[in-house]
Amino acid sequence: MTDSLTTLPDRDITTHLCEQVSHAFSRHTPLRIVGGDTRAFYGRPVNAAPLHLAEHRGIVHYDPVELVITARAGTPLEELEAVLDDNHQMLGFEPPRFGPQGTIGGAVATGLAGPRRPWAGAIRDFVLGTRVITQHGKPLRFGGEVMKNVAGYDMSRLMTGAQGTLGVLADVSLKVLPKPPAHHSLRLTLPLDEALARLAELGRRPLPITAAAWHDGELLLRLEGGNSSVAATRRELGGEPLDADFWTTLRDLRHDFFTLAPGQALWRLSLPSNTPPLALDDSHSQVLYDWAGCQRFLKTTLDGDTLRHACQAVGGHATCYTLAAQGGSDTPFTPLNPVVEKYHRRLKEQLDTRNIFNPGRLYAAL
Amino acid sequence: MNFLYDEAIDGALAPFEKADVLHDLQHNVPTLRLLHREEDLRPFECDGLAAYRVMPMLVAMPNTLDEVQALLKRCHALGVPVVTRGAGTGLSGGALPLERGVLLVMSRFQHIINIDPDARTATLQPGVRNLAISEAAAPYGLYYAPDPSSQIACSIGGNVAENAGGVHCLKYGLTVNNVMRVDVITIEGEPMTLGAEALDAPGFDLLALFNGSEGMLGVITEITVKLLPLPEVAKVLMASFDDVEKAGKAVGDIIAAGIIPGGLEMMDKLAIQAAEGFVHAGYPVEAEAILLCELDGVLADVDEGCDTVRGVLENAGATDIRLARNATERAVFWSGRKNAFPAVGRISPDYYCMDGTIPRRELPRVLNGIAELSRESGLRVANVFHAGDGNMHPLILFDANREGELALAEDVGGKILELCVAAGGSITGEHGVGREKINQMCSQFDADEITLFHALKAAFDPQRLLNPGKNIPTLARCAEFGAMHVHNNELAHPELPRF
Ligand SMILES: Cc1cc2nc3c(=O)[nH]c(=O)nc-3n(C[C@H](O)[C@H](O)[C@H](O)COP(=O)(O)OP(=O)(O)OC[C@H]3O[C@@H](n4cnc5c(N)ncnc54)[C@H](O)[C@@H]3O)c2cc1C
Repeated sequence: MTDSLTTLPDRDITTHLCEQVSHAFSRHTPLRIVGGDTRAFYGRPVNAAPLHLAEHRGIVHYDPVELVITARAGTPLEELEAVLDDNHQMLGFEPPRFGPQGTIGGAVATGLAGPRRPWAGAIRDFVLGTRVITQHGKPLRFGGEVMKNVAGYDMSRLMTGAQGTLGVLADVSLKVLPKPPAHHSLRLTLPLDEALARLAELGRRPLPITAAAWHDGELLLRLEGGNSSVAATRRELGGEPLDADFWTTLRDLRHDFFTLAPGQALWRLSLPSNTPPLALDDSHSQVLYDWAGCQRFLKTTLDGDTLRHACQAVGGHATCYTLAAQGGSDTPFTPLNPVVEKYHRRLKEQLDTRNIFNPGRLYAAL
Repeated sequence: MNFLYDEAIDGALAPFEKADVLHDLQHNVPTLRLLHREEDLRPFECDGLAAYRVMPMLVAMPNTLDEVQALLKRCHALGVPVVTRGAGTGLSGGALPLERGVLLVMSRFQHIINIDPDARTATLQPGVRNLAISEAAAPYGLYYAPDPSSQIACSIGGNVAENAGGVHCLKYGLTVNNVMRVDVITIEGEPMTLGAEALDAPGFDLLALFNGSEGMLGVITEITVKLLPLPEVAKVLMASFDDVEKAGKAVGDIIAAGIIPGGLEMMDKLAIQAAEGFVHAGYPVEAEAILLCELDGVLADVDEGCDTVRGVLENAGATDIRLARNATERAVFWSGRKNAFPAVGRISPDYYCMDGTIPRRELPRVLNGIAELSRESGLRVANVFHAGDGNMHPLILFDANREGELALAEDVGGKILELCVAAGGSITGEHGVGREKINQMCSQFDADEITLFHALKAAFDPQRLLNPGKNIPTLARCAEFGAMHVHNNELAHPELPRF
């Protein structure tokens, strides 16, 4: 993929995509669904003919008053967010960008969210509707552009984060939010245990905190909201000002922390709120806390089983962000419990009978 | 419509006799409390949609999850349908029993298992009442945000099954946005946990799928919800309008000003008058419409926001704007809205509550359409709704004792929903499809979409034993009754993207 993709014209190639899917279905040939191909590190490699979504792009409908945007899956995230920005609006879940060609379809399919997630919600909390190409090559609509819709099963949320294993996302409708009028980021020198205690205490109060990280002896906070509340909280918390760019480098995994030493892999630990530091033998590991401690990035040489065991013991899970080919795990996602796995398989069998959609991307058996 | 389960259209049921099923369950699940005599079954014949009544074959009232699991396994083995019921306040007949089915009542599971103030979560049995969660969280300065008007009675299990909403959804989300984890038992009697106390879980988002699944995919047995810190302050403005369209437009103007109110509700003249006659909230009975706009958060921000909203309302042509001066007056302002349904119940022998949603910009047009339908049919319609998120609740007033009026009300209701679908909206925003809107599903979805819903259901319940005849119509039903989905090119606004 090259940067030239970001200058492609708006086009609706639904018919063409449907034909390719029908063709793959009738010939039992699997497809690797590709948007900007910036998120290949997240999941298992898929060896199959590519189904390119990047040309299926453009904003279909955006009405700032409705707080909704509908875009074709191949629309670059950057372009979409620039349009929202012009209208003082934003995607509340702060999706990471891993390159200019990253698409909104890829963002929804992988379901990743940035530092604002614990306060604003995940992508699935903002997905209002989708147009999905099914295994029979039909573009079907689920959900819509309205804020509330409980007719039928919630297909749109099911597709979010399913990484294209149940169907091809053609269009998505997302709820958007007005940008907060005021913001301020700050850093406080605090050891980890005190930082976690402080976060628990702050979390019980209605403060305008929208990001909280801890790294290298510092608690890093972002405040966003009304002018008065941001000013008041800023006065209360004190600390040194922090460049807001820190949150972008954290969101996009570009911060210096994310440079790996030889032999290390990058893991993401997702843990319940208020979980103390895990008892890992991590003399060779480094950790960065995000999401007020609910998301932790670990650079480590420890093996997956050890990490997963420690996470599961406290009700969390661990995902490997380093591809197996580069020394990471070949099961990047935590294996499912057998009953849950059984229903995953049944669902896959129902919606992707011939296993044509990104086979094996999530798990070898899906 | 004929609400009775019709095997010819809704699908054949396995052959079994009541006596045999009763005997089997008594033998295999000996501790399970079972009701089988007509006088005991009677209280369960309907949910909140009282126009639809069916006597269940049997009612099961388990006290333990082992009993629930054993019951499901036996029903699965015998091919007996199971309808799950929470508190029975649903408005779409989702918990309407089956003459040939077991009604599984989950209301005895009323234990609040845990409140964790540091993690800001509550873990609950499914029968816990919605309001009881916020009451239990209040000592920690926390609350549970989704607040359906039925919150004193409805259960959290029913809320998850319906993906219930409330006055504060625009800002704080629906049930699905506030539930972190559920435990469910499948029809095969297999327990599983979906979601996590962490902010995400590996695999498909089955947690989201179970929200709003109307008892069709499994029985919800435990729920962990997220709690929020109580806002420092909440203030409410009441604006009067001499024209419904102006009020509808003001709703969009408030959002366009970058404000997300905690609640933004609208009532039309008939609803205002009914509410005022009932609770004496000081509503302007001469107004054509009122808006209630609540802002919550930190005091200084809320004051700033109130000033902005006041300016917007003035520009939109409000004839009067009042700010509740204190918490008591705020409660009075809300009392009219919160009691709007029973208030309408006082001015008409019966009413039929609709639940369509539309994009906000369509409010004025759809309101006109509803007024037109009201004139044509001669039935009065009161409008009360969650204007901020485009969720309308037209209440169609009728008298069931008058020959044909129920059918007429249903007909007007169906047309209102078609109006919503044509405007790019949905037939239900929070009350669910249940039995009530089963035919209208055929106008919102086409045959391929409905087929996909059935495929999804088959992954969890291939024998269709959980709540058959609800939520998703068979294609046979759509062929018989549904005005099957109009194709895009035949729509009034083909240029509008619609889902
Ligand atoms: C006056 C009034 C006002 C209302 N206002 C609102 C409102 O503002 N917003 C709103 O969203 N709704 C509202 N409702 C509708 C209703 O209260 C909600 O739908 C509520 O969520 C239903 O909860 P319940 O416990 O009564 O469920 P029930 O009515 O018992 O059941 C509803 C559905 O959930 C299923 N179900 C129940 N428990 C379980 C379980 N444990 N596992 C699996 N499935 C289950 C049932 O099978 C059924 O399909 C109102 C109702 C009334 C009567």
